[in-house]
Amino acid sequence: MAGVQVANVSRSFGAHKALDNVSIDFPDGGFYALLGPSGSGKTTLLRQIAGFDFPDSGRIAIGGESVERVPVEKRRIGMVFQNYALFPNMSVADNVAFGLSVRGEPKAAIATEVQRALDLVQLGKLGGRKPHQLSGGQRQRVALARAIVTKPRVLLLDEPLGALDKALRVDMQIELKRIQREIGITTIFVTHDQEEALTMSDRIGILRDGRLVQEGPPEEIYDRPQSEFAATFLGDANIFRGDATGSGIKLSDGTTIAASTGASVPAGAKASCAVRPERIRISTGAATAGAGNANVLAGWVSKRIFAGNNSTYFVERDGQTLKVIVQNTGAERLAEGQPVVLSWSPDSTVLIAA
Amino acid sequence: MATTRILEGLGRFYIVLLLAFLYLPIILMAAMSFNASPFYQLPFEWTTDWYASLWQNDQLIAATWNSIEIAIITTLISTVLGSMASLALYRHEFRGKKFLQALLFPPIAIPWLITGTAMLIFFFGVGIGRGLIAILLGHVALALPYVIVVVSARLQTFAPELEEAARSLGANQWQVTMRVTLPWIMPGVIAGGLFAFAVSFDQFVVSYFLSTPGQTTLPVEIYAAIRKGFTPEINAVSTIIIVVSMALMLLTARFFKFGGEK
Repeated sequence: MAGVQVANVSRSFGAHKALDNVSIDFPDGGFYALLGPSGSGKTTLLRQIAGFDFPDSGRIAIGGESVERVPVEKRRIGMVFQNYALFPNMSVADNVAFGLSVRGEPKAAIATEVQRALDLVQLGKLGGRKPHQLSGGQRQRVALARAIVTKPRVLLLDEPLGALDKALRVDMQIELKRIQREIGITTIFVTHDQEEALTMSDRIGILRDGRLVQEGPPEEIYDRPQSEFAATFLGDANIFRGDATGSGIKLSDGTTIAASTGASVPAGAKASCAVRPERIRISTGAATAGAGNANVLAGWVSKRIFAGNNSTYFVERDGQTLKVIVQNTGAERLAEGQPVVLSWSPDSTVLIAA
Repeated sequence: MATTRILEGLGRFYIVLLLAFLYLPIILMAAMSFNASPFYQLPFEWTTDWYASLWQNDQLIAATWNSIEIAIITTLISTVLGSMASLALYRHEFRGKKFLQALLFPPIAIPWLITGTAMLIFFFGVGIGRGLIAILLGHVALALPYVIVVVSARLQTFAPELEEAARSLGANQWQVTMRVTLPWIMPGVIAGGLFAFAVSFDQFVVSYFLSTPGQTTLPVEIYAAIRKGFTPEINAVSTIIIVVSMALMLLTARFFKFGGEK
């Protein structure tokens, strides 16, 4: 086992900068999600760590050993591909045995290890099948068993759940997490699914246009996003833009929004505030502004989306549409067209430097 | 309905006619190789004399062995070289690759008569001259494009992630090729090999240009024999060749079908 250090890694393809001076410390034994939209460079970064491609500049170390010029077959990594990439001409057991067999390990030892790996992914009885006889979820497990049987230093997963349907994906998320905990392997996981990143990982790195936007534990990124992009890409957020006042921002119509978390921006500079939709209270009366320092805005409901356990209200105010999520507590639901008052605490408001 | 029955009858008649057109001359020739009369006279009288006298015809036997040897060596060389070339074209990007690929197709379309003439002139120019070595080189050159086209077509169905997966598991280039890529393209390699064998074994035009009286192949020898005067031994040797060729073609068809499977 080993941690992975990526330091100042850049990689260009022609004029396109796929990775621009990216530095991330992947902790030993941790589950790290690289999150970003397509074209953000997350897969390119994973391929640099795997060794399929070499960076133009920068350092990559696995377990403290510099590997940026070591080819993939000598890096002792395990990788699971998006489309599984199982060898179609081999049985499940031979697929899993491949990594041990190319190392020339004795047959008896290989058989034991293969069985142990197949048991770990709960496919102990299917060793004799061919890949095309398996379901998508089973192929996924075989790919995982094949990647970990060689006891790699780091496990790399390239959107491994992308090809599965929703229900199976949730099952596999839990399963993958269980296996990762059981063997304690450093895992780097590429995904564009923010929910997957939030539920599975210990740390998340958000990439955009080849740059690292923000990284840290999921709670930290969610509660204290450092950019509008981070705020809106990981979860939903209402963004207000205006001039910094020292304790918040002033909107163009004169309304002030107080923020007590986030960056410190000198008064007068451009800044934004982000508020999560579930942190906003919505009411019909004007009287609720009670709690002295709370942010209060008036508007009207333009749309309501009922989702069972909660409802999303779209509230119009001054040319802006705000999103409010209200838990279904049995209280009366608001009608579309109704005037409402929104209020939320400055503690729930994150100040972001423009 | 009556019209349907008539149409069905016509359809069957058409197929019988087509098969007769294709196979009647061949069947007739095969039958005559077992007929006692050297002048195709009836009634049919069973004999294997022509096969026996074929066995005595040292020139024809020598040419047959030459053809078989050249076809086998051509198959081995062109299949190995052609498969390696296909892999290189599949795996690597390099300058002039498109141009090189485009150059592979014209030899298939250029008339063998012209290729043969060109080879004769070239081999004389470089001092190889005529003979079995020249024939072998010529056949390899003719067969290579066929192998590359067939193997490349098979490679189009190969998922490059498989090679990446194998490498991530610690396999070196040789292990990746032998254990992952080659098993996948094998049907294409075998089909390409059968093509190469057929191109060489059936080759007349190029062989005719490059052979010398002592060093010749079966088709050229048959042509020479017919010019001297027809003997039913030709029927006998042709029948043998047809049986072998058809067996090879059936094998090819089998592997092509296999190649089409997922």
